[in-house]
Amino acid sequence: MKRLLKIYMEKPELAALVLLVLLVILFQVQSGGVFLSANNLRGILGILPEIGLMVIGVTILMICGEFDLSVGSVFALMPMVMAVLMADGTPFILAFGAGIAACAAIGFVNGFLTINYNIPSFITTLGMLFIARSLTIVISGGFPPLLPNDLPNWLFTVFVGPGDLFRMSFVWFVVIAVLASLMMSRTNFGNWIRATGGFLPAAQAMGIPTARVKIACFMLCSMLAGFAGMIQVLRLGSPLPSIGEGWELQAVAAAVIGGTALSGGIGAVLGGVIGAILIRVIDNGLVLSQVDANWFKFAIGFLTIFAVVVNSWLAKRAKAIKVET
Amino acid sequence: MSHPIISVRNLHKWYSGVHALKGVSLDIYPNETVGLIGDNGAGKSTLINILSGVQLASEGEIHLDGKPVRIRSPRDAMDLGIETIYQYNSMVPTMSIARNMFIGREPLKFRLFGLGVMDHKQMAAESTDAIAGAGLHLRSPDALVGELSGGQRQGVAIARAMHFKSRVMILDEPTNHLAVKETKKVIDFVRSLKDLNITGIFISHNIHHVFECCDRIVAMARGEVVLDKRAEDTSMDEILDVL
Repeated sequence: MKRLLKIYMEKPELAALVLLVLLVILFQVQSGGVFLSANNLRGILGILPEIGLMVIGVTILMICGEFDLSVGSVFALMPMVMAVLMADGTPFILAFGAGIAACAAIGFVNGFLTINYNIPSFITTLGMLFIARSLTIVISGGFPPLLPNDLPNWLFTVFVGPGDLFRMSFVWFVVIAVLASLMMSRTNFGNWIRATGGFLPAAQAMGIPTARVKIACFMLCSMLAGFAGMIQVLRLGSPLPSIGEGWELQAVAAAVIGGTALSGGIGAVLGGVIGAILIRVIDNGLVLSQVDANWFKFAIGFLTIFAVVVNSWLAKRAKAIKVET
Repeated sequence: MSHPIISVRNLHKWYSGVHALKGVSLDIYPNETVGLIGDNGAGKSTLINILSGVQLASEGEIHLDGKPVRIRSPRDAMDLGIETIYQYNSMVPTMSIARNMFIGREPLKFRLFGLGVMDHKQMAAESTDAIAGAGLHLRSPDALVGELSGGQRQGVAIARAMHFKSRVMILDEPTNHLAVKETKKVIDFVRSLKDLNITGIFISHNIHHVFECCDRIVAMARGEVVLDKRAEDTSMDEILDVL
Protein backbone atom coordinates (compact mmCIF):
# COMPACT_ATOMS: atom_id res chain seq x y z
CA MET A 1 0.00 0.00 0.00
CA LYS A 2 2.73 2.38 1.05
CA ARG A 3 4.76 1.33 -1.98
CA LEU A 4 1.81 2.00 -4.28
CA LEU A 5 1.23 5.41 -2.74
CA LYS A 6 4.89 6.23 -3.20
CA ILE A 7 4.85 5.16 -6.84
CA TYR A 8 1.82 7.32 -7.57
CA MET A 9 3.14 10.32 -5.69
CA GLU A 10 6.28 10.11 -7.80
CA LYS A 11 4.27 10.24 -11.03
CA PRO A 12 4.75 13.84 -12.15
CA GLU A 13 1.49 13.93 -14.09
CA LEU A 14 -0.56 13.15 -11.01
CA ALA A 15 -0.92 16.73 -9.78
CA ALA A 16 -2.19 17.87 -13.16
CA LEU A 17 -4.71 15.05 -13.36
CA VAL A 18 -6.15 15.87 -9.93
CA LEU A 19 -6.34 19.56 -10.89
CA LEU A 20 -8.10 18.70 -14.13
CA VAL A 21 -10.78 16.68 -12.36
CA LEU A 22 -11.30 19.45 -9.78
CA LEU A 23 -11.56 22.15 -12.44
CA VAL A 24 -14.00 20.14 -14.53
CA ILE A 25 -16.25 19.71 -11.49
CA LEU A 26 -15.93 23.40 -10.62
CA PHE A 27 -16.77 24.60 -14.13
CA GLN A 28 -19.61 22.11 -14.43
CA VAL A 29 -21.22 23.52 -11.28
CA GLN A 30 -20.40 27.15 -12.11
CA SER A 31 -21.88 26.93 -15.60
CA GLY A 32 -25.04 25.18 -14.43
CA GLY A 33 -24.29 21.95 -16.31
CA VAL A 34 -23.39 23.56 -19.64
CA PHE A 35 -19.67 22.73 -19.40
CA LEU A 36 -20.02 18.98 -19.98
CA SER A 37 -22.84 19.30 -22.50
CA ALA A 38 -22.24 17.74 -25.91
CA ASN A 39 -22.20 21.13 -27.60
CA ASN A 40 -19.52 22.54 -25.36
CA LEU A 41 -17.40 19.38 -25.40
CA ARG A 42 -17.54 19.53 -29.18
CA GLY A 43 -15.98 22.98 -28.97
CA ILE A 44 -13.22 21.94 -26.59
CA LEU A 45 -12.33 18.68 -28.35
CA GLY A 46 -12.38 20.39 -31.75
CA ILE A 47 -9.59 22.79 -30.82
CA LEU A 48 -7.66 20.60 -28.37
CA PRO A 49 -5.66 18.61 -30.97
CA GLU A 50 -4.06 21.78 -32.33
CA ILE A 51 -2.30 22.73 -29.10
CA GLY A 52 -2.15 19.07 -28.03
CA LEU A 53 -0.06 17.86 -30.97
CA MET A 54 2.37 20.72 -30.41
CA VAL A 55 2.63 19.85 -26.72
CA ILE A 56 3.49 16.20 -27.48
CA GLY A 57 6.57 17.29 -29.45
CA VAL A 58 7.57 19.93 -26.93
CA THR A 59 7.25 17.43 -24.07
CA ILE A 60 9.46 14.82 -25.76
CA LEU A 61 12.06 17.45 -26.62
CA MET A 62 12.06 18.69 -23.01
CA ILE A 63 12.50 15.16 -21.68
CA CYS A 64 15.51 14.97 -24.02
CA GLY A 65 16.91 18.04 -22.25
CA GLU A 66 16.27 20.66 -24.94
CA PHE A 67 13.75 23.35 -25.59
CA ASP A 68 11.99 24.80 -28.64
CA LEU A 69 10.61 28.33 -28.84
CA SER A 70 10.05 28.19 -32.60
CA VAL A 71 7.04 25.84 -32.57
CA GLY A 72 4.51 28.70 -32.68
CA SER A 73 6.10 30.10 -35.84
CA VAL A 74 6.50 26.68 -37.44
CA PHE A 75 2.79 26.18 -36.68
CA ALA A 76 2.09 29.06 -39.09
CA LEU A 77 4.86 28.39 -41.60
CA MET A 78 3.96 24.80 -42.49
CA PRO A 79 0.36 25.53 -43.63
CA MET A 80 1.56 28.68 -45.40
CA VAL A 81 4.10 26.67 -47.40
CA MET A 82 1.30 24.30 -48.32
CA ALA A 83 -1.14 27.08 -49.20
CA VAL A 84 1.36 28.84 -51.46
CA LEU A 85 2.21 25.60 -53.25
CA MET A 86 -1.45 24.64 -53.63
CA ALA A 87 -2.28 28.09 -55.00
CA ASP A 88 0.24 27.28 -57.74
CA GLY A 89 -1.63 24.08 -58.52
CA THR A 90 0.40 21.56 -56.49
CA PRO A 91 -1.79 18.68 -55.31
CA PHE A 92 -2.51 18.46 -51.57
CA ILE A 93 -0.39 15.40 -50.90
CA LEU A 94 2.75 16.89 -52.49
CA ALA A 95 2.20 20.20 -50.73
CA PHE A 96 1.79 18.30 -47.48
CA GLY A 97 5.08 16.48 -48.09
CA ALA A 98 6.84 19.76 -48.82
CA GLY A 99 5.39 21.37 -45.69
CA ILE A 100 6.48 18.49 -43.44
CA ALA A 101 9.90 18.47 -45.10
CA ALA A 102 10.25 22.20 -44.37
CA CYS A 103 9.42 21.51 -40.70
CA ALA A 104 11.92 18.66 -40.56
CA ALA A 105 14.57 20.96 -42.04
CA ILE A 106 13.84 23.64 -39.44
CA GLY A 107 14.05 21.06 -36.66
CA PHE A 108 17.31 19.78 -38.07
CA VAL A 109 18.81 23.28 -38.20
CA ASN A 110 17.66 23.97 -34.64
CA GLY A 111 19.25 20.76 -33.40
CA PHE A 112 22.40 20.95 -35.50
CA LEU A 113 23.23 24.52 -34.45
CA THR A 114 22.42 23.82 -30.81
CA ILE A 115 24.64 20.76 -30.61
CA ASN A 116 27.43 21.59 -33.03
CA TYR A 117 28.12 25.05 -31.65
CA ASN A 118 27.08 24.23 -28.11
CA ILE A 119 24.51 27.04 -27.99
CA PRO A 120 21.63 26.91 -25.51
CA SER A 121 18.55 25.77 -27.45
CA PHE A 122 16.75 28.75 -25.96
CA ILE A 123 18.87 31.01 -28.20
CA THR A 124 18.84 28.97 -31.41
CA THR A 125 15.10 28.43 -31.31
CA LEU A 126 14.43 32.05 -30.31
CA GLY A 127 16.23 33.02 -33.50
CA MET A 128 14.21 30.47 -35.41
CA LEU A 129 10.99 31.88 -33.90
CA PHE A 130 11.64 35.18 -35.71
CA ILE A 131 13.02 33.61 -38.89
CA ALA A 132 10.11 31.19 -39.39
CA ARG A 133 7.50 33.88 -38.62
CA SER A 134 9.13 36.26 -41.06
CA LEU A 135 9.33 33.59 -43.78
CA THR A 136 5.63 32.86 -43.28
CA ILE A 137 4.70 36.47 -44.01
CA VAL A 138 7.21 36.86 -46.84
CA ILE A 139 6.05 33.78 -48.78
CA SER A 140 2.41 34.77 -48.28
CA GLY A 141 3.25 38.01 -50.07
CA GLY A 142 1.37 40.08 -47.53
CA PHE A 143 -2.03 38.49 -47.82
CA PRO A 144 -2.87 34.82 -47.44
CA PRO A 145 -3.55 32.85 -50.64
CA LEU A 146 -6.96 31.26 -51.11
CA LEU A 147 -7.17 27.58 -50.30
CA PRO A 148 -8.48 25.31 -53.06
CA ASN A 149 -11.94 23.77 -52.62
CA ASP A 150 -11.00 20.13 -52.90
CA LEU A 151 -9.13 19.76 -49.60
CA PRO A 152 -9.31 16.44 -47.73
CA ASN A 153 -11.32 17.89 -44.86
CA TRP A 154 -12.88 14.47 -44.31
CA LEU A 155 -9.49 13.32 -43.11
CA PHE A 156 -8.81 16.15 -40.67
CA THR A 157 -11.67 18.40 -39.67
CA VAL A 158 -15.09 16.78 -40.19
CA PHE A 159 -17.06 15.87 -37.09
CA VAL A 160 -17.16 12.16 -36.32
CA GLY A 161 -17.82 9.88 -33.38
CA PRO A 162 -20.93 9.32 -31.29
CA GLY A 163 -23.18 12.38 -31.59
CA ASP A 164 -20.52 14.02 -33.78
CA LEU A 165 -18.66 14.71 -30.52
CA PHE A 166 -15.21 15.32 -32.00
CA ARG A 167 -13.42 16.08 -35.23
CA MET A 168 -11.13 13.77 -37.20
CA SER A 169 -8.23 15.85 -35.86
CA PHE A 170 -9.00 14.42 -32.43
CA VAL A 171 -8.49 10.90 -33.79
CA TRP A 172 -5.10 11.94 -35.17
CA PHE A 173 -4.25 13.47 -31.82
CA VAL A 174 -5.17 10.35 -29.83
CA VAL A 175 -3.32 8.02 -32.22
CA ILE A 176 -0.18 10.17 -32.23
CA ALA A 177 -0.30 10.63 -28.46
CA VAL A 178 -0.56 6.86 -27.93
CA LEU A 179 2.26 6.18 -30.38
CA ALA A 180 4.48 8.85 -28.80
CA SER A 181 3.73 7.49 -25.35
CA LEU A 182 4.60 3.95 -26.43
CA MET A 183 7.76 5.19 -28.08
CA MET A 184 8.88 6.78 -24.81
CA SER A 185 8.03 3.84 -22.57
CA ARG A 186 8.47 0.78 -24.75
CA THR A 187 11.21 1.39 -27.30
CA ASN A 188 14.94 1.60 -26.89
CA PHE A 189 14.80 5.01 -28.59
CA GLY A 190 12.60 6.24 -25.73
CA ASN A 191 15.17 4.90 -23.30
CA TRP A 192 17.89 6.85 -25.12
CA ILE A 193 15.85 10.07 -25.10
CA ARG A 194 15.33 9.85 -21.36
CA ALA A 195 18.96 8.94 -20.70
CA THR A 196 20.20 11.79 -22.89
CA GLY A 197 18.06 14.30 -21.05
CA GLY A 198 18.48 12.71 -17.63
CA PHE A 199 22.27 12.67 -17.42
CA LEU A 200 24.14 13.43 -20.63
CA PRO A 201 27.62 12.19 -19.53
CA ALA A 202 26.19 8.79 -18.59
CA ALA A 203 24.34 8.48 -21.89
CA GLN A 204 27.53 9.34 -23.76
CA ALA A 205 29.63 6.94 -21.70
CA MET A 206 27.19 4.16 -22.51
CA GLY A 207 27.67 4.80 -26.21
CA ILE A 208 24.32 6.41 -27.05
CA PRO A 209 24.52 8.69 -30.13
CA THR A 210 23.23 11.63 -28.08
CA ALA A 211 23.65 14.24 -30.81
CA ARG A 212 21.53 12.24 -33.22
CA VAL A 213 18.94 11.52 -30.54
CA LYS A 214 18.60 15.23 -29.78
CA ILE A 215 18.40 16.25 -33.44
CA ALA A 216 15.71 13.60 -34.01
CA CYS A 217 13.70 15.08 -31.12
CA PHE A 218 14.05 18.61 -32.53
CA MET A 219 12.82 17.37 -35.90
CA LEU A 220 9.90 15.47 -34.39
CA CYS A 221 8.92 18.55 -32.38
CA SER A 222 8.92 20.82 -35.45
CA MET A 223 7.00 18.33 -37.58
CA LEU A 224 4.27 17.88 -34.97
CA ALA A 225 3.94 21.67 -34.59
CA GLY A 226 3.64 22.08 -38.36
CA PHE A 227 1.09 19.26 -38.60
CA ALA A 228 -0.95 20.92 -35.85
CA GLY A 229 -0.81 24.22 -37.74
CA MET A 230 -2.09 22.57 -40.90
CA ILE A 231 -5.05 21.16 -38.97
CA GLN A 232 -5.92 24.59 -37.64
CA VAL A 233 -5.73 26.13 -41.10
CA LEU A 234 -7.99 23.43 -42.52
CA ARG A 235 -10.47 24.12 -39.72
CA LEU A 236 -10.37 27.89 -40.22
CA GLY A 237 -10.32 27.61 -44.01
CA SER A 238 -7.63 30.25 -44.40
CA PRO A 239 -3.86 30.30 -43.79
CA LEU A 240 -3.44 33.34 -41.54
CA PRO A 241 0.23 34.24 -41.05
CA SER A 242 -0.35 35.22 -37.42
CA ILE A 243 -1.65 31.89 -36.08
CA GLY A 244 0.27 30.21 -33.29
CA GLU A 245 1.70 33.42 -31.87
CA GLY A 246 2.42 32.90 -28.19
CA TRP A 247 1.59 29.22 -28.43
CA GLU A 248 5.23 28.20 -27.93
CA LEU A 249 4.97 29.38 -24.34
CA GLN A 250 1.55 27.84 -23.81
CA ALA A 251 3.00 24.55 -25.04
CA VAL A 252 5.89 24.79 -22.60
CA ALA A 253 3.42 25.68 -19.84
CA ALA A 254 1.30 22.63 -20.71
CA ALA A 255 4.34 20.35 -20.61
CA VAL A 256 5.46 21.81 -17.27
CA ILE A 257 1.95 21.61 -15.79
CA GLY A 258 1.98 17.97 -16.86
CA GLY A 259 5.10 17.35 -14.79
CA THR A 260 7.89 17.63 -17.36
CA ALA A 261 11.07 19.17 -15.98
CA LEU A 262 12.88 21.88 -17.90
CA SER A 263 16.16 20.25 -16.90
CA GLY A 264 15.33 17.07 -18.81
CA GLY A 265 14.94 13.40 -17.99
CA ILE A 266 11.63 13.77 -16.17
CA GLY A 267 8.16 13.80 -17.69
CA ALA A 268 5.68 11.86 -19.74
CA VAL A 269 3.69 12.39 -22.92
CA LEU A 270 0.51 11.71 -20.95
CA GLY A 271 1.40 14.58 -18.61
CA GLY A 272 1.77 16.95 -21.55
CA VAL A 273 -1.58 15.83 -22.92
CA ILE A 274 -3.23 16.48 -19.54
CA GLY A 275 -1.54 19.89 -19.46
CA ALA A 276 -2.93 20.71 -22.90
CA ILE A 277 -6.42 19.62 -21.88
CA LEU A 278 -6.16 21.79 -18.75
CA ILE A 279 -5.33 24.84 -20.84
CA ARG A 280 -8.30 24.28 -23.15
CA VAL A 281 -10.59 23.56 -20.19
CA ILE A 282 -9.59 26.76 -18.42
CA ASP A 283 -9.99 28.87 -21.56
CA ASN A 284 -13.44 27.47 -22.16
CA GLY A 285 -14.51 27.24 -18.52
CA LEU A 286 -13.70 30.87 -17.77
CA VAL A 287 -15.88 32.01 -20.65
CA LEU A 288 -18.76 29.78 -19.57
CA SER A 289 -18.46 31.02 -16.00
CA GLN A 290 -18.69 34.56 -17.35
CA VAL A 291 -15.35 35.51 -15.92
CA ASP A 292 -13.49 38.34 -17.67
CA ALA A 293 -11.50 36.54 -20.42
CA ASN A 294 -8.39 38.50 -19.52
CA TRP A 295 -7.99 36.24 -16.51
CA PHE A 296 -7.05 33.40 -18.89
CA LYS A 297 -3.35 34.15 -18.93
CA PHE A 298 -3.39 34.71 -15.21
CA ALA A 299 -4.86 31.25 -14.74
CA ILE A 300 -2.26 29.60 -17.00
CA GLY A 301 0.55 31.39 -15.22
CA PHE A 302 -0.78 30.52 -11.81
CA LEU A 303 -1.31 26.92 -12.80
CA THR A 304 2.22 26.54 -14.18
CA ILE A 305 3.80 27.71 -10.96
CA PHE A 306 1.30 25.87 -8.79
CA ALA A 307 1.82 22.57 -10.63
CA VAL A 308 5.59 22.75 -10.24
CA VAL A 309 5.32 23.59 -6.55
CA VAL A 310 2.87 20.74 -5.94
CA ASN A 311 5.05 18.32 -7.88
CA SER A 312 8.15 19.23 -5.95
CA TRP A 313 6.22 18.93 -2.69
CA LEU A 314 4.82 15.53 -3.70
CA ALA A 315 8.27 14.30 -4.71
CA LYS A 316 9.64 15.33 -1.33
CA ARG A 317 6.79 13.60 0.51
CA ALA A 318 7.27 10.49 -1.64
CA LYS A 319 10.96 10.41 -0.80
CA ALA A 320 10.09 10.56 2.88
CA ILE A 321 7.95 7.43 2.60
CA LYS A 322 10.32 4.67 3.54
CA VAL A 323 10.03 1.47 1.59
CA GLU A 324 12.88 -0.94 1.06
CA THR A 325 14.56 -0.54 -2.31
CA MET B 1 54.29 -15.12 -18.80
CA SER B 2 51.36 -15.11 -21.21
CA HIS B 3 50.76 -12.54 -23.91
CA PRO B 4 49.34 -9.20 -22.91
CA ILE B 5 45.57 -8.74 -23.29
CA ILE B 6 45.94 -5.02 -23.87
CA SER B 7 49.07 -3.37 -24.99
CA VAL B 8 49.40 0.31 -25.52
CA ARG B 9 52.25 1.64 -27.66
CA ASN B 10 53.61 5.16 -27.68
CA LEU B 11 50.33 6.89 -26.89
CA HIS B 12 50.29 10.69 -27.20
CA LYS B 13 47.54 13.16 -26.45
CA TRP B 14 47.59 16.91 -26.89
CA TYR B 15 44.88 19.25 -25.65
CA SER B 16 45.39 22.48 -27.57
CA GLY B 17 48.92 23.18 -26.37
CA VAL B 18 49.02 20.82 -23.40
CA HIS B 19 50.90 17.59 -23.94
CA ALA B 20 48.89 15.37 -21.59
CA LEU B 21 50.28 11.98 -22.61
CA LYS B 22 53.91 11.82 -23.72
CA GLY B 23 54.42 8.47 -25.40
CA VAL B 24 52.90 6.06 -22.90
CA SER B 25 53.52 2.34 -23.47
CA LEU B 26 51.98 -0.25 -21.21
CA ASP B 27 51.26 -3.99 -21.29
CA ILE B 28 48.44 -5.44 -19.27
CA TYR B 29 48.27 -9.20 -18.83
CA PRO B 30 45.17 -11.40 -18.56
CA ASN B 31 43.67 -11.69 -15.09
CA GLU B 32 46.03 -9.30 -13.42
CA THR B 33 44.79 -6.29 -11.57
CA VAL B 34 46.78 -3.17 -12.30
CA GLY B 35 46.64 -0.19 -10.01
CA LEU B 36 47.10 3.05 -11.90
CA ILE B 37 48.15 5.82 -9.64
CA GLY B 38 49.13 9.45 -10.06
CA ASP B 39 48.37 12.98 -9.02
CA ASN B 40 45.73 15.13 -10.66
CA GLY B 41 46.88 16.00 -14.16
CA ALA B 42 49.31 13.09 -14.35
CA GLY B 43 47.52 11.74 -17.42
CA LYS B 44 45.88 8.68 -15.92
CA SER B 45 42.35 9.82 -16.72
CA THR B 46 43.40 10.68 -20.26
CA LEU B 47 44.88 7.21 -20.71
CA ILE B 48 41.72 5.60 -19.36
CA ASN B 49 39.43 7.79 -21.47
CA ILE B 50 41.31 6.69 -24.56
CA LEU B 51 40.96 3.02 -23.63
CA SER B 52 37.24 3.41 -22.93
CA GLY B 53 36.59 5.33 -26.13
CA VAL B 54 35.58 8.64 -24.57
CA GLN B 55 38.59 10.41 -26.13
CA LEU B 56 40.74 9.72 -29.15
CA ALA B 57 44.51 9.43 -28.95
CA SER B 58 46.49 11.98 -30.96
CA GLU B 59 49.08 9.34 -31.79
CA GLY B 60 49.93 5.75 -30.89
CA GLU B 61 48.50 2.26 -31.06
CA ILE B 62 46.34 -0.02 -28.97
CA HIS B 63 46.50 -3.80 -29.35
CA LEU B 64 43.98 -6.23 -27.95
CA ASP B 65 45.12 -9.88 -27.86
CA GLY B 66 48.01 -8.85 -30.08
CA LYS B 67 45.79 -7.39 -32.80
CA PRO B 68 45.68 -3.65 -33.45
CA VAL B 69 42.28 -2.15 -32.62
CA ARG B 70 40.71 1.26 -33.10
CA ILE B 71 38.55 2.46 -30.25
CA ARG B 72 36.61 5.40 -31.65
CA SER B 73 33.63 5.46 -29.29
CA PRO B 74 32.53 4.01 -25.95
CA ARG B 75 30.50 1.55 -27.96
CA ASP B 76 33.65 0.24 -29.70
CA ALA B 77 35.28 -0.32 -26.33
CA MET B 78 32.23 -2.16 -24.97
CA ASP B 79 32.05 -4.34 -28.07
CA LEU B 80 35.69 -5.30 -27.43
CA GLY B 81 34.78 -6.29 -23.88
CA ILE B 82 36.20 -3.22 -22.14
CA GLU B 83 33.75 -1.89 -19.55
CA THR B 84 34.38 1.24 -17.53
CA ILE B 85 33.01 2.21 -14.15
CA TYR B 86 33.29 5.92 -13.58
CA GLN B 87 33.78 8.07 -10.55
CA TYR B 88 30.68 10.07 -11.31
CA ASN B 89 28.89 7.00 -12.22
CA SER B 90 27.43 6.15 -15.56
CA MET B 91 23.87 5.94 -14.29
CA VAL B 92 20.89 8.17 -15.06
CA PRO B 93 19.27 9.02 -11.71
CA THR B 94 15.80 9.62 -13.16
CA MET B 95 15.60 6.13 -14.65
CA SER B 96 14.96 2.72 -13.11
CA ILE B 97 17.70 0.24 -12.34
CA ALA B 98 16.50 -2.11 -15.09
CA ARG B 99 16.53 0.66 -17.69
CA ASN B 100 19.95 1.83 -16.55
CA MET B 101 21.40 -1.65 -16.80
CA PHE B 102 20.65 -1.79 -20.49
CA ILE B 103 21.14 1.79 -21.72
CA GLY B 104 22.34 1.51 -25.30
CA ARG B 105 22.14 -2.29 -25.21
CA GLU B 106 18.45 -2.91 -24.68
CA PRO B 107 17.19 -6.40 -25.49
CA LEU B 108 14.63 -5.95 -28.26
CA LYS B 109 11.60 -8.03 -29.16
CA PHE B 110 11.66 -6.65 -32.63
CA ARG B 111 14.04 -4.37 -34.45
CA LEU B 112 14.32 -2.21 -37.54
CA PHE B 113 17.53 -0.27 -38.26
CA GLY B 114 18.66 -0.74 -34.66
CA LEU B 115 15.46 0.66 -33.16
CA GLY B 116 12.70 -1.44 -31.70
CA VAL B 117 10.52 -2.52 -28.81
CA MET B 118 12.29 -3.33 -25.56
CA ASP B 119 11.74 -6.63 -23.80
CA HIS B 120 10.82 -5.31 -20.35
CA LYS B 121 10.40 -8.79 -18.88
CA GLN B 122 13.86 -9.88 -19.93
CA MET B 123 15.33 -6.60 -18.69
CA ALA B 124 13.71 -7.00 -15.27
CA ALA B 125 14.72 -10.65 -14.94
CA GLU B 126 18.29 -10.18 -16.09
CA SER B 127 18.91 -7.11 -13.97
CA THR B 128 17.53 -8.87 -10.89
CA ASP B 129 19.97 -11.74 -11.54
CA ALA B 130 22.88 -9.42 -12.25
CA ILE B 131 22.28 -7.40 -9.10
CA ALA B 132 22.06 -10.53 -6.97
CA GLY B 133 25.20 -11.82 -8.70
CA ALA B 134 27.07 -8.71 -7.65
CA GLY B 135 26.07 -9.39 -4.03
CA LEU B 136 23.70 -6.44 -3.85
CA HIS B 137 20.38 -6.62 -2.05
CA LEU B 138 17.80 -4.57 -3.91
CA ARG B 139 14.18 -5.53 -3.88
CA SER B 140 13.01 -4.22 -7.18
CA PRO B 141 14.73 -3.46 -10.50
CA ASP B 142 12.07 -0.78 -11.00
CA ALA B 143 13.43 1.47 -8.25
CA LEU B 144 14.91 4.73 -9.50
CA VAL B 145 18.70 4.88 -9.43
CA GLY B 146 18.37 8.37 -7.92
CA GLU B 147 17.08 6.76 -4.72
CA LEU B 148 20.11 4.52 -4.24
CA SER B 149 23.15 5.37 -2.15
CA GLY B 150 26.48 6.03 -3.85
CA GLY B 151 27.70 2.55 -2.99
CA GLN B 152 24.56 0.89 -4.29
CA ARG B 153 24.92 2.82 -7.53
CA GLN B 154 28.49 1.64 -7.97
CA GLY B 155 27.16 -1.83 -7.21
CA VAL B 156 24.66 -1.55 -10.04
CA ALA B 157 27.40 -0.23 -12.35
CA ILE B 158 29.56 -3.23 -11.43
CA ALA B 159 26.62 -5.60 -11.95
CA ARG B 160 26.11 -4.07 -15.38
CA ALA B 161 29.76 -4.48 -16.36
CA MET B 162 29.72 -8.09 -15.21
CA HIS B 163 26.44 -8.86 -16.92
CA PHE B 164 27.89 -7.85 -20.26
CA LYS B 165 30.77 -10.27 -19.79
CA SER B 166 33.53 -7.77 -19.75
CA ARG B 167 37.07 -9.05 -20.22
CA VAL B 168 38.71 -5.88 -19.03
CA MET B 169 37.12 -3.77 -16.34
CA ILE B 170 38.37 -0.22 -15.85
CA LEU B 171 37.43 1.31 -12.52
CA ASP B 172 38.02 5.06 -12.64
CA GLU B 173 38.28 6.27 -9.04
CA PRO B 174 35.20 4.26 -8.08
CA THR B 175 35.67 4.86 -4.37
CA ASN B 176 35.49 8.64 -4.42
CA HIS B 177 32.38 9.94 -2.64
CA LEU B 178 31.76 6.60 -0.98
CA ALA B 179 31.35 5.83 2.70
CA VAL B 180 34.03 3.74 4.40
CA LYS B 181 32.00 0.53 4.41
CA GLU B 182 31.00 0.95 0.80
CA THR B 183 34.62 1.64 -0.16
CA LYS B 184 35.62 -1.63 1.42
CA LYS B 185 33.00 -3.45 -0.63
CA VAL B 186 34.37 -2.00 -3.86
CA ILE B 187 37.96 -2.89 -2.86
CA ASP B 188 36.86 -6.44 -2.07
CA PHE B 189 35.21 -6.60 -5.44
CA VAL B 190 38.37 -5.46 -7.23
CA ARG B 191 40.29 -8.15 -5.37
CA SER B 192 37.80 -10.78 -6.55
CA LEU B 193 38.13 -9.85 -10.25
CA LYS B 194 40.83 -12.48 -10.75
CA ASP B 195 38.47 -15.28 -9.71
CA LEU B 196 35.97 -13.99 -12.25
CA ASN B 197 38.56 -14.13 -15.02
CA ILE B 198 38.44 -10.40 -15.51
CA THR B 199 41.43 -8.16 -16.03
CA GLY B 200 41.18 -5.06 -13.89
CA ILE B 201 42.57 -1.56 -14.16
CA PHE B 202 41.96 0.29 -10.94
CA ILE B 203 42.57 4.04 -10.94
CA SER B 204 42.91 5.83 -7.66
CA HIS B 205 44.91 8.50 -5.97
CA ASN B 206 44.65 6.64 -2.70
CA ILE B 207 47.84 4.57 -2.45
CA HIS B 208 46.46 2.46 0.38
CA HIS B 209 43.52 1.29 -1.70
CA VAL B 210 45.81 0.35 -4.57
CA PHE B 211 48.11 -1.70 -2.36
CA GLU B 212 45.12 -3.48 -0.87
CA CYS B 213 43.80 -4.94 -4.09
CA CYS B 214 46.29 -4.77 -6.96
CA ASP B 215 48.96 -7.17 -8.27
CA ARG B 216 50.93 -4.56 -10.09
CA ILE B 217 51.32 -0.86 -9.66
CA VAL B 218 51.86 1.68 -12.40
CA ALA B 219 52.55 5.25 -11.40
CA MET B 220 52.16 8.18 -13.77
CA ALA B 221 53.44 11.72 -13.48
CA ARG B 222 53.49 14.57 -16.00
CA GLY B 223 52.08 12.39 -18.79
CA GLU B 224 54.59 9.57 -18.46
CA VAL B 225 54.83 6.22 -16.73
CA VAL B 226 57.41 6.74 -13.99
CA LEU B 227 57.15 3.42 -12.17
CA ASP B 228 55.88 -0.05 -13.10
CA LYS B 229 56.46 -2.81 -10.55
CA ARG B 230 54.79 -5.78 -8.90
CA ALA B 231 53.06 -4.67 -5.72
CA GLU B 232 55.35 -6.88 -3.59
CA ASP B 233 58.47 -5.34 -5.13
CA THR B 234 57.69 -1.75 -4.25
CA SER B 235 56.58 0.31 -1.30
CA MET B 236 54.38 3.29 -0.64
CA ASP B 237 57.46 5.42 0.02
CA GLU B 238 59.02 4.56 -3.31
CA ILE B 239 55.82 5.52 -5.11
CA LEU B 240 55.43 8.76 -3.22
CA ASP B 241 59.00 9.58 -4.22
CA VAL B 242 58.42 9.26 -7.96
CA LEU B 243 55.08 11.08 -8.08
